[in-house]
Amino acid sequence: MYGNGYISPEETAKQKPDPLAGEDLQQLALFEERIARGEKIEPQDWMPKEYRRQLIRMIEQHAHSEVIGALPEGTWITRAPSMKRKLALIAKVQDEIGHAHLLYNAAETLGKSREAMINDLLSGKSKYSNVFNYPATTWADVTVIGFLIDGAAIVNQVINAKGSYGPYCRALERICYEESFHLKQGHDALVHLAVGTKEQRAMLQDALNRWYRPIIHFFGPSDKASVHGTLLMKWKVKMASNDDMRNQFLDQYVPKIRELGLDFPDPKLNKNAEGVWEFSDPNWDEFFATINGNGPCNAERLAVRRWAEEHGRWVRKALINPSQKQVLPLS
Amino acid sequence: MTPALYNFILKTADDCFILGHRNSEWTGFGPFMEEDIAFASMAQDKIGHAWLLYKMLDENAAAAETLAFKRAEKDFKCCHFVEQPIGEYDFSLMRHFLFDHADQLRYEMLMNSSFEPLAHFAKKFKGELKYHTMHADTFILQLGNGNEESKARMQSALNFCLPLALGIFEVYEGEQEIISQNIFAGEKVLQEKWLEKILPIIKDAGLQMPDMATLQAVNGGRHGFHSDYLQPLLKEMREVVDAFPDAIEW
Repeated sequence: MYGNGYISPEETAKQKPDPLAGEDLQQLALFEERIARGEKIEPQDWMPKEYRRQLIRMIEQHAHSEVIGALPEGTWITRAPSMKRKLALIAKVQDEIGHAHLLYNAAETLGKSREAMINDLLSGKSKYSNVFNYPATTWADVTVIGFLIDGAAIVNQVINAKGSYGPYCRALERICYEESFHLKQGHDALVHLAVGTKEQRAMLQDALNRWYRPIIHFFGPSDKASVHGTLLMKWKVKMASNDDMRNQFLDQYVPKIRELGLDFPDPKLNKNAEGVWEFSDPNWDEFFATINGNGPCNAERLAVRRWAEEHGRWVRKALINPSQKQVLPLS
Repeated sequence: MTPALYNFILKTADDCFILGHRNSEWTGFGPFMEEDIAFASMAQDKIGHAWLLYKMLDENAAAAETLAFKRAEKDFKCCHFVEQPIGEYDFSLMRHFLFDHADQLRYEMLMNSSFEPLAHFAKKFKGELKYHTMHADTFILQLGNGNEESKARMQSALNFCLPLALGIFEVYEGEQEIISQNIFAGEKVLQEKWLEKILPIIKDAGLQMPDMATLQAVNGGRHGFHSDYLQPLLKEMREVVDAFPDAIEW
C-alpha cells in the first residue's frame, strides 16, 4: 500500500539546479521519444541519471511502505476475532510483505541492493508512506485500513502501473491484483461491523474519525505547482498529480461509507459543482512533522524493524555462501 | 462420534491451531522477507487444518468458532511444545522441523484410517506438509552446517526442543480404542517412524542427537494440563471477541 512519490524537502534541496547537466542530449532525445511512444524502459536501456535516481527513490519508498505497512495490521493477527478473519488477515499481511519483495527486486534492477535500501530505511534516511505512522488501535482500524487505505493505494498503483519503467510496472500489475482482494476482505470486515451491534458500529465510526486525516494526507500535499513534477510526468515516473488521485479516491469511496450510514468527521467534505471534492484544511504541518519522524508511531515502527533485523542477522550471516554470488537481479 | 474419536481429532486440531497461531506471530518479524512469507503460509495451512478438523467434530459453522474462541484452557488438548512462545528463529525453526515431520507422518498414516473423513483430509493435508518439511529440512541443513554460531544455536535448540517434542506422542484417553478400530496406528508407532525420519537429517545437519534414554517427555497437554503460556495466548486471541459479548458476527 503506497500513497505517492512524495518528495521530501531534503530531496528537493539535493536536486541540482539542472538535473540534466552532463547528459548526452542525443540519447536523451531518443529516450524521451521512446517514452512518448509508450514504450517501456528496461534495466539494460540507457536512461538519464536523474530518471534512475528518482525511480530508485520512488520504488524504494514504495517497498518500505509495504514492509512497514505490515506492522499496524500485523499486530492484530493474533487477535482477529474469527477463524475466517484470522486466516484472511495473515494472508493479507503476507501479501504486503510479498509486495515489498517484488518491489525491492524491481529497485535492485536500477543498481541499489536490498541491503542498502533496508539500511537506509532503518537509519531513517529513506521515507515510507506516512499513513503507517499512525496506530491501529482497535479491530475496526484493521477494517478501515483494509478497505480505505488499500483502496487509496489501488488508485495510486493502477495509475502508476502505466508508467515507463518496465520492472516497476510489472510488479505493480501483480500487486494490484492482490490489492483488489485486500479491498474485498477489508470491505467485508468493515460491512460486518457496520451492520453489527451498536458497539461494533461505534468502534467503526471511531476508527473512521481517527483515520480521516491520515487518509486525506495519503496522496501527499497539493503538487500542481511543483516544477519538479513536470519532468517526472514527462518521463512517466509520476503519472498523475496528488490532487487528482486524491479526488478520484474520494469520489469512489466517500459514497461507499455514506451508504452505510457512516461519515467522516468533516462537515466541509463535499463534491462541488465542478465535480471536485472539497475538504477542510487537513493540517499539512502535521503531515510534514510525521514524515520527518515526529508522528505518533515513527519511532516504534523503526524499532520493530530494527529488532527483526538484529535478531535475524545470525541467520543471514550463516546463509551467505561466498562461492555463490548472484550476478543479475531477478526482476 | 465416540468420545475416543472426538478426543483424538480434538487434540490433533488443537496442536495445529495453537502452532498456527504461534507461527503467524512471525509475519513481519522474520530474519528476512522470504521467511516472513514462509511462516505466514505455514500458519495459514495449520489454522486451516485445525478449522477443518474442528468442523469434523461438529458441522455447525458456529461450533468451530466456539471451540477456538470460547473453550476453557483446561479443555484444550494440545501438547506443551506448540504452546511455547516463538522465541528466537532457532527455536521456531527447530519446532517447525520436529513438529511438521511428525504431522506429515501422522497424516500419511491417517490416509488408511477407517474413519473416512479423516482419511479424506489426511491426503490433502499431507500434500501441503510436504512443502513444510521441505522448507524445514532446507534451513536445518544450511544452519546446522553454517557457521559456528548457527551450528551452536541449532544444537541448543535441538537439545531444548526434544523433550517438548516427545510430548507430541503422549498417550491420550481412548487411544487403545482408536488403535483397535483401525482409526490410527498409535502414537508409539508414529514416534518410531518420526525418529527414523529425523535422525538422518539431524546427522546431515552436523548436529548431535542427545541420548534419548535420558530425555523426559514434557507431557500433560493431552489431559488438559498446560504450560504457563497457553492461558495468555488464549486471552490475547480472544481480546476482541471478549470485549464485545453481544456481537454475533465479525
